[in-house]
Amino acid sequence: MLALISLNAKSGLNFNTMFQNLPIPFLILSFLTILSSLYVVTSKNPVHSVLALIFTFFTISAHYVLLNAQFLAVVNLIVYAGAIMVLFLFVLMLLNLSKETEPVKSNWWGIAAAITAGSMLLIITAAFQVTGEAVAKNPVEGIGLVKALGKVLFTRFVVPFELTGILFLAAMVGSVLLGKREKNNAVLIPKEEGGNS
Amino acid sequence: MSLLSIFNQVEISHYIYLSTVLFSIGLFGVLFRRNAIILLMCIELMLNAVNLLFTAFSTYMGDADGQIFVFFIMEEVSLDLNSD
Repeated sequence: MLALISLNAKSGLNFNTMFQNLPIPFLILSFLTILSSLYVVTSKNPVHSVLALIFTFFTISAHYVLLNAQFLAVVNLIVYAGAIMVLFLFVLMLLNLSKETEPVKSNWWGIAAAITAGSMLLIITAAFQVTGEAVAKNPVEGIGLVKALGKVLFTRFVVPFELTGILFLAAMVGSVLLGKREKNNAVLIPKEEGGNS
Repeated sequence: MSLLSIFNQVEISHYIYLSTVLFSIGLFGVLFRRNAIILLMCIELMLNAVNLLFTAFSTYMGDADGQIFVFFIMEEVSLDLNSD
């Protein structure tokens, strides 16, 4: 712990000057991201935390736009906010989990979780202290556009892309099989009961 | 906001701090909550922190490979949750 603190002091991490020169959009977006993700974790009502998660994904998409990764911003909106979040809401409302049925945990559990997450934060921050200066800044215009990304995806990353297709096929077949087997069981059980009686 | 102004004003260490905080919040949620769906959502949060860091490094170093990685991660996540 002392080594970490002395590392901080040596590299001159000063929280007063850290936020001064940042542009306003970045500050507002980061603030909103952290706030809404905290609400995801702490909210009692699962539906509220799903909505907060959607908002977090929107702010992360805005971060992608700030980083000039336009393709990823659009894909993030479509995949996460469009498909996955609707799926979460659907499951929550279908299974009627939206009531506050969560068993109450003791305070110790929360304290232990906070200590674990906090020490994780400290260690990753300390480990990345040197990285920021080591990264070479190499501005390339239009790297996140669909054209550039598609070129890379279909030349150097063709094999992983096709493997992903196979994986999607396997998942589709698996989910169809699982759904069908459930139906067969539902049909079989009443028949056996009928034969027994 | 053009690319160069971002390079001059936001260091990559700020993105590192932001995504580290997001990752830790997700980790706290995984450890703290007991509802299965909220657990999945916290894992989503951690994955998004990693995606943000990948994209930041990819933009700052001028290399498109990081964004391809993010694309694959998104595909796998959608696969996972849809088969759930």
